[in-house]
Amino acid sequence: MNPDDFKSNDQIAWCPGCGDFGILNAVKKALAVLEKSPKDILLVSGIGQAAKLPHYIKANCFNGLHGRALPVAAAAKIVNPDLTVIVTTGDGDCYGEGGNHFIHNIRRNADITVIVHNNQIYGLTKGQASPTTDSGYATKVQPEGVILEPIHPLEMAIAAGCGFVARGFSADSENLAGLIVEAVKYRGFSLIDVLQPCVTFNKKNTYSWYKERIYKITDETGYDPQDKIAAYRKAAEWGQRIPVGIIYRAVQPSYGEKKGLDGQPALVEADIEHIDIGGALKDFI
Amino acid sequence: MIDELTIRISGQAGQGMQTIGLVLGQVFKQSGYHLFANQDYMSRVRGGNNFFQLRVSNNPVFSLREKPDMIIALDKESVALHKPALNENGTLILDKKQFELTRDDAGFFNVPFYELAINSGGNDIFINTVACGVISGITQIDFMHLERVIKSAFQDKKEEVIFQNTLAAKAGYDFARSNFKNERFTLSPSVNSGNRLLLNGNDAIALGALKAGCKFYTAYPMSPSTTIMDTIAHYSKAFNVVVEQAEDEIAAINMAIGASFAGARSMTASSGGGFALMVEGLSLAGMTETPVVVACVGRPAPATGFPTRTEQADLDFLISAGHGEFARVVYAPGTIEEAFYLTQKAFNLAEKYQIPVLIMSDQHLADSYRDVAPFDLDKVKIQRFILPKEDSKNVNNYKRYQLTKFGVSPRAVPSWIDDVIYADSDEHNEEGHITEDAQMRINMVEKRFFKKMFNLSQEIESPSIYNLADADLILVGFGSTYGVIKEMCELSGPVKTGFVHFSQLWPFPALQTTQLLAGKKNIFTVENNAAGQLARLIWRESGIKVNGSILRFDGRPFNLDYLRGQVKEKAG
Repeated sequence: MNPDDFKSNDQIAWCPGCGDFGILNAVKKALAVLEKSPKDILLVSGIGQAAKLPHYIKANCFNGLHGRALPVAAAAKIVNPDLTVIVTTGDGDCYGEGGNHFIHNIRRNADITVIVHNNQIYGLTKGQASPTTDSGYATKVQPEGVILEPIHPLEMAIAAGCGFVARGFSADSENLAGLIVEAVKYRGFSLIDVLQPCVTFNKKNTYSWYKERIYKITDETGYDPQDKIAAYRKAAEWGQRIPVGIIYRAVQPSYGEKKGLDGQPALVEADIEHIDIGGALKDFI
Repeated sequence: MIDELTIRISGQAGQGMQTIGLVLGQVFKQSGYHLFANQDYMSRVRGGNNFFQLRVSNNPVFSLREKPDMIIALDKESVALHKPALNENGTLILDKKQFELTRDDAGFFNVPFYELAINSGGNDIFINTVACGVISGITQIDFMHLERVIKSAFQDKKEEVIFQNTLAAKAGYDFARSNFKNERFTLSPSVNSGNRLLLNGNDAIALGALKAGCKFYTAYPMSPSTTIMDTIAHYSKAFNVVVEQAEDEIAAINMAIGASFAGARSMTASSGGGFALMVEGLSLAGMTETPVVVACVGRPAPATGFPTRTEQADLDFLISAGHGEFARVVYAPGTIEEAFYLTQKAFNLAEKYQIPVLIMSDQHLADSYRDVAPFDLDKVKIQRFILPKEDSKNVNNYKRYQLTKFGVSPRAVPSWIDDVIYADSDEHNEEGHITEDAQMRINMVEKRFFKKMFNLSQEIESPSIYNLADADLILVGFGSTYGVIKEMCELSGPVKTGFVHFSQLWPFPALQTTQLLAGKKNIFTVENNAAGQLARLIWRESGIKVNGSILRFDGRPFNLDYLRGQVKEKAG
């Protein structure tokens, strides 16, 4: 298959030069590599610029509420495991509005992939600070600069027990596509935090700012993504050098495995027209 | 001999009042009596004062009485606290030695529970079983029934446990038979087979959901809705249902919507506070046209309110919850049977119209047990409104929101159809992509609101009615007040009373209401809330102004005596 097999007819509504385009291309490339048929893919999103992405791909799409993509995605996967479920979300959607779902869906560990378009700013609401905006950055709402410390999603994910934690860069869609392929293949909750310039509202974390700092973990010899302590250190690296690639990886049972659903017919296939509750009613006699 | 008896079992949280009550309930039911039982409990796990009340009768019973004929006090505090509630000629059963009481009030029946438990079972944990024996003895139930219930209650335990409990029960039974020297609580011989079901409103909702093919149930625990989840979880393996405890109610409704979008029937439940958190999700279900069933089991609010008590104050909230305008159905079952059948209907209707269907219950219906005839399992047939898998192949140009005459678009399951499905919370075109087009907006509002509401109004549950032609006073209620209103109307005096009871609140049966109530005098709503929300709804939807409302908002359910007192006042 090739990326064009996943082209949708919908008109793209992003700003020219938006980092989202790189992510869109990477998702299409990855799906082509994975040889998934559009009908077997479900893209789930909330609200924000990232959340529009599913419309621009030929695949099933559920574009729900702000912050609430994860519960929709997890449940869809649980009842219909034939679907490859991918969430496209943003730093505000996933780490702000949906923070509670982020923590608990890592624990739930349904077999879904979460791609966070992390541009460190709010785009759709026009330039307010996001949970990942660097401290000190001035916005219309925070004219003196942000005084809240940014959250650290990768460290949080490792701490919460996520078994696949990666970081990508939207301008390197080849590498990002590779990460998406690995994340989708991983059985369980996989997270890719994607650094992505916002050409309109983020004047600090620009393409050139990132390019000066980003390096591939795989270019360093000796890094073992299965070493949790090393992964914490790597996840915390920020400032002069910013790593991209698979930061942490651990094999652990997914929701479906623990719940005994794997290998069973999907719940959506269940014959519900001939359910006999007579046996249960006997318990009440 | 008597035909009816009210028994109250009182003590601290954790002393097992409900266990005693339910064992006795089974004993009376299996002996062929009718019963209605309810617990009055505090929001705590230990201590405080809770009680379980059973009304046993040779006639069908649908509500509680104000005053018990018999009280079992399991702790000293219960004696002083509940003695004033006792009926004239009532008996308060207590262990005077344990409570260090020396006085001998009229109406006391001293039972050395502690000694009997130690001597029979060898441990004071058998006090509750002794108590069951005492009540069975006083009412002169055949001991065989108690023996059978004990056997079934402890069927998973060792033979020895059954044996010890049976001995303890017999000790209590024999003590009562030899020491309770009169027959004023001896029940007249029973007339039923005993083969009836004994369950509460939440059990009925859970069983209805299982029967209706709910495959995914998710909720965050909140009293008094939690036992729906408990019951479904208990049967989850047997019926192949995934029960997932959500991190919060927002997650719960969004998970229910996700599962439904992916093709499984799904449900969630909460009480008012948790339901408030679900409201944005409810609107999402409306906009994305995703079926979902939500039970809201009410308790007194605002905010945390009375977590374990009852109220019907969320009527206005449920019929209007959610931003924007979309179609919905709100059922308000009045009985355990209606809870079972309407839950099944809720799943069918949610799927047929691709809408949220709400079930408005409350703590009184949720926690009240009644004996009911075995359910008719063929009464509500499962109706499917999705594109079957075998018809999903080779579907091209699928439009999730295709404009149709009926307002409902064909719904396909992702991965079953060869095409892809776009669903959106933004305003969307027929394909499901985001649009800002004014005409498309009008088309979509017509589709998901006007057309659906019109068609839904063609299949409204009719209100139950009684004695309207003849009545000097008409009581109007909804939901859990059905039983008490019905019994009130069947009493002779103080006035000839009829009733109208709504089990569906939205779409409101306006036309039928007008037909039933126009021109009638003396109409009073009976509501467990402070504002008279039903009265206002009737006025708003049918133009009929009732004469007044009988309201109770102290967190306690109506009982027959309380309502009779109120009716007397209104009639006078």
